[in-house]
This record gives sequence, C-alpha cells and structure tokens, in this order.
Amino acid sequence: MAEISSTSAVPAPEENVRSALNLRWQPGFNQIAWMCIFFLYAPIAVLIAFSFNDNRSVVVWTDFSFRWYEAAFDNRGIRNATLVSMQVAVVATFFSTIFATMAALATTRTEQYRGQVLAYAIINQPLMIPEIVTAVATLSFFSLIKQVTGLTGIGYLMLAHTVFCIPFAYMPIRARLEDMTLTLEQAATDLYAPPWQVFRRITLPLLVPGVVAGAMLAFVVSLDDVIITLLVAGPGETTLPVYILGQIRRGITPEINAVSTLLLGLSILFVTLFFLYGKRRK
Amino acid sequence: MISVERVTKRFGMGESAVVALDDVSVTISENEFFTLLGPSGCGKTTLLRLIAGFELPNKGLILLDGQEIGHLPPYRRPVNTVFQNYALFPHMTVAQNIGFGLEMLGKPAAEIADTVGRMLALVRMEALADRRTDQLSGGQQQRVALARALAPQPKVLLLDEPLSALDLKLRKGMQIELKRLQHETGITFVFVTHDQDEALTMSDRIAVMEAGKILQIGDPKEIYNHPASRFVADFIGDINILKAEMTEVRDHTGTVRLASGAVARAHVPSAALAPGAVSVAIRPEHIHLCGPAEDNRTCTGVITNVIYFGSGTHIHMDLDQGGSLIARTTLGGGAIGERVGVVLPSEHLQVLVD
Amino acid sequence: MDSAGLLDDADRRLADAQRLRARQTNRTRGLLLAPALVIIGVFGLFPLTITLIYSLLEPGAYGGVKWVLSGEAYVQFLFNRDIFDGTLRFSTSYLQIFGRSIGLAFVATIGALILGFPTAYFIATKPPAQRNLWLFIITLPFWTNLLIRTYAMLLIIRDEGLINLSLIGIGIVEKPISILYTDTAVFLGLIYSYLPFMVLPLYASLEKLDFRLVEAAYDLYATRWQVLRRIIIPIAKPGIVAGCILVFIPGLGAFITPELLGGGKKLMIGNLIYLQFGTLRNWPFGSAAALILLTVVMIALLIYIRNAGKAAPGHG
Repeated sequence: MAEISSTSAVPAPEENVRSALNLRWQPGFNQIAWMCIFFLYAPIAVLIAFSFNDNRSVVVWTDFSFRWYEAAFDNRGIRNATLVSMQVAVVATFFSTIFATMAALATTRTEQYRGQVLAYAIINQPLMIPEIVTAVATLSFFSLIKQVTGLTGIGYLMLAHTVFCIPFAYMPIRARLEDMTLTLEQAATDLYAPPWQVFRRITLPLLVPGVVAGAMLAFVVSLDDVIITLLVAGPGETTLPVYILGQIRRGITPEINAVSTLLLGLSILFVTLFFLYGKRRK
Repeated sequence: MISVERVTKRFGMGESAVVALDDVSVTISENEFFTLLGPSGCGKTTLLRLIAGFELPNKGLILLDGQEIGHLPPYRRPVNTVFQNYALFPHMTVAQNIGFGLEMLGKPAAEIADTVGRMLALVRMEALADRRTDQLSGGQQQRVALARALAPQPKVLLLDEPLSALDLKLRKGMQIELKRLQHETGITFVFVTHDQDEALTMSDRIAVMEAGKILQIGDPKEIYNHPASRFVADFIGDINILKAEMTEVRDHTGTVRLASGAVARAHVPSAALAPGAVSVAIRPEHIHLCGPAEDNRTCTGVITNVIYFGSGTHIHMDLDQGGSLIARTTLGGGAIGERVGVVLPSEHLQVLVD
Repeated sequence: MDSAGLLDDADRRLADAQRLRARQTNRTRGLLLAPALVIIGVFGLFPLTITLIYSLLEPGAYGGVKWVLSGEAYVQFLFNRDIFDGTLRFSTSYLQIFGRSIGLAFVATIGALILGFPTAYFIATKPPAQRNLWLFIITLPFWTNLLIRTYAMLLIIRDEGLINLSLIGIGIVEKPISILYTDTAVFLGLIYSYLPFMVLPLYASLEKLDFRLVEAAYDLYATRWQVLRRIIIPIAKPGIVAGCILVFIPGLGAFITPELLGGGKKLMIGNLIYLQFGTLRNWPFGSAAALILLTVVMIALLIYIRNAGKAAPGHG
C-alpha cells in the first residue's frame, strides 16, 4: 500500500519509513511463495501422516499406529526389493563416484585443451537426454548383448545405474575442486613433494568432502530411479520403487504408505546430510 | 650463487602473447637479502616463479651454484617459497605444516621433530604447534609459512610479497623480523615487493623492474641517491626533475646549464655520457634554501605553497625562467610569495637516462 | 664452451622439458577421463544408434525385433494401415499424443513460471544468512522419490482423496469432482514434479538483482508494476529461460506423472514409448517414437543455447 505516486507532495513521515522498508515488496508474491511451499509439502505430509494411521482408509484418521510398518517389514516382496535396491545403489555409487572423481580431476582447474567441451558434454549426457529415451536405448542394447553373448544377471542393471549416476556424483566433486586453488598444490611441490605425493597428501584429503557429497547424491539418485530400472531390470531384479509402482497399479494399500514414507525418509536424510556437510565446510 | 642469464618468458601464443620477462639477467650473491622491486605487471613475480620452478622459461639459463636448474621441477630444486597468501595446508597442524618438506625429503621422524621444534622457536610460535592453521591470525600464518619454508634448509628462500596482507604495524614488525632471520640463517633471501619503502628498509641490493626488464641494480643508497633512469627516480621516493643542457662531461661529473642560465655540476651515470639536452633530478630533502642574493645559490625562485605534514614541511617553488621544485625541510617554512635562493648540491643532482 | 653454445644447449633442454611435461599431462588426463567417457560413451550414447537401427526393423513376435529392414515404424506414426487391404489412411492418434505432450509440457512450464517466479523472488529477497535454508526447503522435495511424490498427490486428488472429502465435508459439492485421470491432474503433477527446477535458476538470476536500481526507479515515480516489468523481469531473463527449459524438456518426456495421474487414458509420449516395449510389443515403433522425442528435445536445447549465448553478454 505504500505506492509512490507522482501526485504525492512530501510523504508523511510514517509513509516514508514504510516505503523504505518495502523496496522489495511486490503484491501477492509472498502469498504465492508460501502457497508454493505448502503445495510442495502438503501431499508428502499427508502421506507420512496416514502411514501412521491405524485403519486401512487412507483418508479417515483413527489412531496412531505402527502396524503398517510392521506389515511392510514382514512382506517378503518388500524385503527383497529393498535388498536389490541397496545392492544396485551401493555398486553404482561406488563405481560412479570413482569415475566421476577421476573425470573431475581431469576437467577442472586446467587451462583450455582440445576436446574439453566435448568431454564435459559426454559426462553430462545422461542429464540432457530424457530418461525414457535412455531407458529404451539401454534396453535395446542390452537385449542385443544378451542375445549375442548369452550373459545375464544383475550386472546390466548396475551398469545402467552407474552410467546415470556419474554426472550426479561429478557435480559436487567438480564444485569442491574449483574451490581449491592450485596454490596449495604448488606449495607442496615447492616442498619437495613429487606429483603422486601431492595428490595423496594434499589434493585427495581436501577433496574428500566433495567426494562424499557426490557419493550421497549418486546413492539417492540410484535409489529413486524408476523408468530406467523398469525397462532394464530382469525378473528377480525388482527394486523398491518398481515394486511400489507395481503395487500402486494393483490398488492402494497402506503398506505402500509405510514403505513410501521410509523411502522418503531415507532420501530426506541423505539430502539433509549433504546440505549440512556443505555448510560445515564453508 | 643464483645466476639468471638472458631469460625470456612469454605467456600465450602468437599475436596476443604477453612478454613477462624480456632478456633479463641478474646475479644474486650468497647470504644476500635481494629485492625485486617494481609496479604490478613488471615481471618480478614471474622471475621469482621461474627461480622456484613453477614456470619454465622460454629462453635463457637459470643457474644455482653453477648447476643448471631452469628445466627442473620445483621438487628437485633446493629452493623454497613463501607465498603471498601463505598457502598453509588447512587440514594439517602448524607442526605438520612445518615438517612437511622434511617429510617429503624422507628425513627420519626424530630429526623432523627436532627441526620443527627449532623452527617454532625461531619464529616464536612454540605455543601454537598443534593448532590447525585455519585458526591462526594473518601474522601468525605468516610466521608459520616462513618456518615451513626454512625448515628444509634451502639454499635460497623466495618471498612473494609476503607482507602485503598485513596491517601497517605488523608489517613494520615483520620487516625487522625478516631481516633478522636472514642474518641468523645466512640463507639468500629473494624478496618481491611493490613497496619501495619496504625495499629500501630491508634489502642489501635492489633490482628495479618495469615491463619485463631490469632497469637498475644496486644497494638502497645507490638506487635512492643515483637513480639511473627517469622511471627509477620517479618510482622510488619523491623526486624533482628539471630540464637542462649538459655542456661537458668528465668522469662521472657533468656541467649542466639550467633554464635560468644557472650552471651546476651533476652526477652522471655511465650510460648518459653525451652532452646535449638532458633531465636532471634531485630529491626534495637535498634542496637547501637561502637568501635570494646569496653567493652559494644555484638559482632563485618564488615560494608558491607551504605544506606542513608533521615530520617536516614541503615548500613548493616556481623558479625564475621556468621549472618548479618541491623542497622538504624540517626547519619550518617561508611565506608564500617570498623570494628565495635555491641550492642544488652537485653530489645530489643527478643526470637521468630516460 | 662459449656462452652462446651453452645457451643453445640450455634452450634445447628447456624445449625438451616443456614437451615432456605436456606429454605427461596429456597422458594423465587421458587416463583419468577414460573410465567415465568410455562407460558413458559405450553404454549411454552408443545405444542410441541401436535404437536408430531398431526403429528401421520389423517387430518381433514376442517383443524384440526381427532383422528385416522396414520403414513401417515411421509410417505408423502418421498413418493407419488397414489390416485387410493394406491401404494407408492418415491418422492423427499419435500426433495427438505428441501434441498433448507438447501442450501439457508447455502449459506446465507457464504454470511453473507463474508460481516459481514469486517463490524465487521471495527467497532472493530474504536476508543472505537465511537464503540457504530456504533453498534447502524448496529443493528437498526434488531429491525425494518422484514416484512417491506423485503417489502422494494421487492420494489427495482422487475421488476418495483428501480434497474431495474436504469439499464434500464442508458442503461445497455433493459429488466428488473428478480431478484424477484428467489433463488437469497431469498438469498439476508436472508442475509438482518440476517446480524446483524452475525456482533454482530464477533464484540464481534474481539474487544478482541490485536493489539500488529498484530504488532509483521508485525515485523516478515508477509504480510497482512498472518496476516489475521494466527492471526486475529483464534482469531475471536468463533465469527465466533456463528455468523454462529445465521444466519443458523433462516435462515433454515425463513418464511417471502421466502413468499415475493420467490413468492410461491421457497418454504422453513417455507412456506411449513404454507401452511399445511392454504390452504392445512393438520395439521398432517405440524406438522411432523415442528418437522423435529426442529430436524435439535437441531442437529445444539448441534454441536455448543460441538464446543463452545472445543473453550472455551483459549478464556474465
């Protein structure tokens, strides 16, 4: 309401103070922002709340209870799916983080070289292509390999996950590396450290926060993947999100709410750690 | 013991290449506090980095005690550096930082501990041995950086504007500290700075640099009192410059005629030996004032401004027949408009090479 | 040896040392990049050629392909082949699906922009110490599982869901409003999925806004609307473009959102492609559709890169 109009003469002192404070104010912006935040969190909150609901209905609240969590833990399908998810995520995280670290070291803090842009584009390729296209292409390629070599197994799924985890691990590592000036490594060289020692004693220890952050990100992304896993996974390789999708198609059960909440919690935990870790290092 | 011979360093390629050092040669002796002085971009840091090994020269030789080191990587040169922003390893303690060089040289743990102890004592940081380096103040980081570079007992210590981040008082203290350290250890210090006061205070010899070339090498007195070129004269301290005609030269003394017709004798550096139009220079504090009619005066003028600055007074004058001078005196000033006689002593009047 | 000879030797040694260092650097760099580039190249990029090949073959009886060259997949996109007499008739069914996808992605992008701009502005005008916290709050949902978030939305908007029950309970309506399985549901779902993608680039641009410009504008009698239109929005332009791209492209290829909230009736390209590799067993057609989607995405990206290049000078 503290609009400055060209017809006002000398604004009253009160109006002056208010308009100085309201430089940043735009009509409706605050309300829309709060609405967005509410919009983003409301469904999640409802889901979490009703996972603790004592009765089967997903809408009517009766009592607080853990029964759906117990049912979920007892469910063999859920347990298997969780195991598969974890296996794939751990292997994919391990390899993608290592490869991403190496790639980051080769593409950051160097003077321009030929092919640098191309390398960067290739590393980030999984982010630029729609997931469904990647899923389809990967499926086609793997089925071809399977036909030709006869090799099967969960390795294919792990491979597919590793590919799209690399760019997610790469970003925090690269960011951390860019924060590290070369001066420290120069100082180490000056103090008689040969290149491999410089890496082991200076670069690597200082890079660790970025590597950890990258690993956490890769882990979350692998755990959450649906489309690629849906198409590439073979029988017996059902991950948790794929299992949940299957269940949703069949009909909504409260165990789903419980499992979903757990998966949600895991993601939230990792991301929170990721943020806190980043803040600590500042 | 350090011999830099005809070193050239270019950055970039082709048309847009920057020549940071242009055919530069200098010899630095043992147990010397040698300073590279010049404005930003003059090449002083580049020269330092070439001696350290962080860059390879495009042309030329760098010798240490007769051995060629120009092509060696930094970890094979017995030369250590103190960086401008200290570059202390943040994930190590003070003691670990100081001992790092010795560790890399493969010294036994007992020897490392002993040397680290001595270094801590040398820079008076014993109490903070186990502190992490990101918890130290600027001055403390400075001293750790020094100790770290001195611990492996290098033949040469290179210092890249190490005091520029400190406040004035700390800086003055550290200047004295560094001088003392150089005497005690006997290690050659090569010091880079753009601050001419610092250079004059601390150095045994100074090399004044500009645009990739060394303009003059000498001890502080020589640089200050007998600047060989206009740039050096201007860069170091305050200077007055007058146009004159040099009529004759014998040894290092020349006879110059000023615009007013007054004749004076001036010191001539060997480079500018030909008679003709020259510039002469004299420092403000070397100008004496006397009565306008006195015999020993060189020329006369009128006072145009008197500026008191605490430890002295600047007297601005316009000379008869052209030219102006600023004199510095501790005796207090004259009055504006007063006519005075100006004495330009020949031992302080210098002919300049442009 | 004369000093000139010494210098020449030295220069040669220098050149050798320079060359050796360059070679070592290149070798190290190559080794470091190799695993990532090979793995992504072989298992991420190369499979696209397989897809291209498959799109030009015939479908196999039980899924997969028969190695017989055929352009049928692309023909099928625009035409229906009568199964009795083999004649072609122009059909818009697949074009409709593509059209709906582009339309929905576009509308969702606009919606995300309208919602996201004030939100990004809100965060950018908070005191600097708080901003990281707000960013965390906004991006946290993005990192949680998209399937679960969409499922949560499904729970709320379905006929027996929270919205309808509340509306009935309060008495505004008598029968549940069908929100689920409509275009609106997918639209809402898309915004819900990708809103953080719009907010973040907008925030990055708005954060750079110097409010002294705003102050100067007010000093010159501008109204709030004028300040918004003439100062704030132009400065935020790179963020707007980036955010729109980051919502439109994934929106175009969305799968989970239409799968869950569209109920098989409101197909988008993602669902169409998935079906070909699932129950419909027409890999070539699926491959063709995937490649067409990829092409549209690449075109959109190129337009963005060209525009971003034009916007860059002056925005740094």
